[in-house]
Amino acid sequence: MSVDPGSAPERFEAALADLDVPVTYTDPAGFDRTLETIAREPAIGTSLPFPSVSLPDWVDDDPTPASLDSAVTGITAASIGIADYGSVVLPATAAGSEQVSLFPDLHVPIVRAEDVVADMSTAIARLGPDLRDGGSAIVATGPSATADMGALVKGAHGPKDVHVVVLETRGESDE
Amino acid sequence: MSETDRGAKADRIRHLLETEGEAVEANTLGFNQGRYESVADLEDYEALKDEARAIKEDAIERLPELIDEVTETVEENGGTVYLADDAADANRYIRDVASEKDAGRVVKSKSMTSEELEVNDALAEDGVDVVETDLGEWVLQVADEAPSHIVAPAIHKSEDEIAQLFNEQFDPEEPLETAEELTMFARERLGELIRDADVGMTGANFITADSGSIMLVTSEGNARKSAVVPDTHVAVAGVEKIVPSVEDLAPFIELIGRSGTGQDITSYISLLTPPVESPVVDFDEPDVAFADRNDDRDFHLVLIDNGRMAMRDDEQLRETLYCIRCSACANSCANFQSVGGHAFGGETYTGGIATGWEAGVHGQESAAEFNDLCTGCTRCVNACPVKIDIPWLNTVVRDRINREGDDGQFEFVYEELVPDEEPGGLDPQKRLFGNYETLAKLGSATAPLSNWMAGLGPVRSLLERVVGVDSRRDLPEFQRETLREWYEKRGSRVDPIDADREVVLYPDTYTNYVDVDRGKAAVRVLEALDVHVRIPDVGESGRAPLSQGLIATADEQASRVYAALAEHIDAGRDVVVIEPSDLAMFRREYENLLPERSFERLRDGSYEILEYVYGLLENGGDPTELRDGGEGPPIAYHAHCQQRTLGLDRYTTAVFDDLVYDVVESDVECCGMAGSFGYKREYYELSMDVGERLAEQFTDPRAEDRLVVASGTSCEEQLGDLLDRDAVHPIEVLDPRSRLR
Ligand code: SF4
Repeated sequence: MSVDPGSAPERFEAALADLDVPVTYTDPAGFDRTLETIAREPAIGTSLPFPSVSLPDWVDDDPTPASLDSAVTGITAASIGIADYGSVVLPATAAGSEQVSLFPDLHVPIVRAEDVVADMSTAIARLGPDLRDGGSAIVATGPSATADMGALVKGAHGPKDVHVVVLETRGESDE
Repeated sequence: MSETDRGAKADRIRHLLETEGEAVEANTLGFNQGRYESVADLEDYEALKDEARAIKEDAIERLPELIDEVTETVEENGGTVYLADDAADANRYIRDVASEKDAGRVVKSKSMTSEELEVNDALAEDGVDVVETDLGEWVLQVADEAPSHIVAPAIHKSEDEIAQLFNEQFDPEEPLETAEELTMFARERLGELIRDADVGMTGANFITADSGSIMLVTSEGNARKSAVVPDTHVAVAGVEKIVPSVEDLAPFIELIGRSGTGQDITSYISLLTPPVESPVVDFDEPDVAFADRNDDRDFHLVLIDNGRMAMRDDEQLRETLYCIRCSACANSCANFQSVGGHAFGGETYTGGIATGWEAGVHGQESAAEFNDLCTGCTRCVNACPVKIDIPWLNTVVRDRINREGDDGQFEFVYEELVPDEEPGGLDPQKRLFGNYETLAKLGSATAPLSNWMAGLGPVRSLLERVVGVDSRRDLPEFQRETLREWYEKRGSRVDPIDADREVVLYPDTYTNYVDVDRGKAAVRVLEALDVHVRIPDVGESGRAPLSQGLIATADEQASRVYAALAEHIDAGRDVVVIEPSDLAMFRREYENLLPERSFERLRDGSYEILEYVYGLLENGGDPTELRDGGEGPPIAYHAHCQQRTLGLDRYTTAVFDDLVYDVVESDVECCGMAGSFGYKREYYELSMDVGERLAEQFTDPRAEDRLVVASGTSCEEQLGDLLDRDAVHPIEVLDPRSRLR
């Protein structure tokens, strides 16, 4: 939590551990293999806005309602990671990243290491211009959950599991 | 209130205690525990609350301007804004949207504002199938019940009850049992219903004027689905939800989950700027790629006034508009923990702040029924992330209800007990408790006769019948010799010339007339620390009338108290108070009753007795004459709730620590007695149920043989009734002449 010492990436990892959300680090070279070990097929995704990686071809990157329905894994880009909370910021896109991050049982957000910021106010300050430009985003923290049925259950309407992938690109610039 | 009304109220509370109490208790205690832990992790919780409060104050101040701005922004984005005067107006608009879309089904995510509108009923009139997609809300829809909590609407239902309900209603192939099975069943069924819905409806926790975004705080994901699956999104929100900019959201995101369910953050904070770019999910075109769609989304923001602009103009009710509906005030409320929102709510809203909301949006009558459940314990005050003084709001509404009261139908023997400032038609019970000082004077002057009389069966049943004083309670016994009389006769044992300090010991009504022993103990302890003590003739603080909603009387008394103490403060004397609820008057409520400067002087010049002792010891006071843990017994200590709100309980604990006492401390919100509350026939059982949580801690093997110590008089009374062991004030333990074991 916010009082934990350590760098932003360290705190991000600790917060995710608290949430029981696994996190895997990878680089562009190991990216495909990493996804293979995490994703369960069928997998869908929306194209990633990162220059050094793209979705492997076994991921359907042109989802439809039908593939949304049958997919087990959804892979989308996260624009920001928030260290204090283990949250990822998921921008909504016309290609359906909101849906892809929400419908399948497993969601795999990809966040670049350099996009992990320390705290909530930094993240929201970054989001301000996007939202004023008409953008939408979800600050997602762990899987969907409910306690309404008498005990905590994951996957109330959204994913039951989340597995965060941190992409270490060492200085790759924004597109 | 008549005797029959009182009986009916007691019955209803008993029923809720039996049927819903257990589930509500387990859930709210869990939320509360989570809140304590989660806010402890926050680096600067107080600063964050101040920031949140400042944003709300500013937003409400500038509300008309922000409404214009948000209307412009949303319309520029391609959405529509409708500003509805009231529920009927909003419903008319929403029905029009639905009929234009030829909507057969509307899927809806949980929103209190839509409950306020009763929009489901309005849409049903047109044959629209409205489906609640929040699992808790859906359970209630299936059960045809009203929410009992603003964040967790089905909080009063256990897993077993839900399983039984679902099995009866849906007759699944395999009967559902576990929370997991119930959740997956609901997920599947609601998933189907969302797929072919025509309109999605949500509320909005916040709306940003600069971007036209709505923020939704959820965990389940249903709001996201409801907002993006159908091509039409209707968001309903009270006008007070608008904040100037996106950046203003940050402190609320950090506070809202923590304050409510005690999570650091909920799973999803949706920041949607509608009409959103996300493609519509149309299962009739299953193979059209999302990227190839070109959707024309329709978005309607329905902003609701429904009394809010008038609340904004009402100096007292205005605070209510700062509320972010987090539910912390409900969860931290000991009475709510026992009975839940079905006892604690009006037409729509429940919990601590419900009085403000109900009085504002539905009118005072709908707040009247449950307003008295607020005992003014103040446990919600520090819990509220926007620092609303909820007890004060409740007092204000209570005062207004009193003034509307029945026209003098009870004006007989009690007339002399009605303070001049108050309307004659006041409920006799409120008169009695509101004017306790007069009664105490009379009782003391005529003791022991008065005590003997009060103990007589016929007197007790008359008291119960006419003023609703429950006959199961022992009445306080008045002392013939008051504390002031004792001290005047005895005189001071520390010469003012030798004294390190001079103290004015405030003779609160209870200490002066009833619990004289703790007053004597206070004098001896102060003198043992070389303090010269004075006990001047100062009247009641105003706590008693205030707790009954008699603000004019309290105001009058506050002025008198200040007048009597000002001279001492000028002379450099410290004011020391034994009864925490009176100190809380000086430190909190007087802000509403005295001129600012007077309030500040008294606040800064007065101390709780153990706080003062702590200060003396810290400043080199010699504790050798005090009774320490070596001579004294092990202790089970319960701090008064107002003392804890003011952060003063730690001084008592610190003094006990310094003097090496072995102490076990309670951690419940309130003992349940709360001044006169526990004496009232209609609330007696609730009061005892709340007390049970405290009694459990003190009958635990770790505490059962200890001396029971409590800072408040009503806590002492309650503990006496709960445990059959007498409780004493901490100062009596330290008293050099103490024999307590
Ligand atoms: S009054 Fe304060 S504590 Fe109560 S619901 Fe509103 S914001 Fe939360």
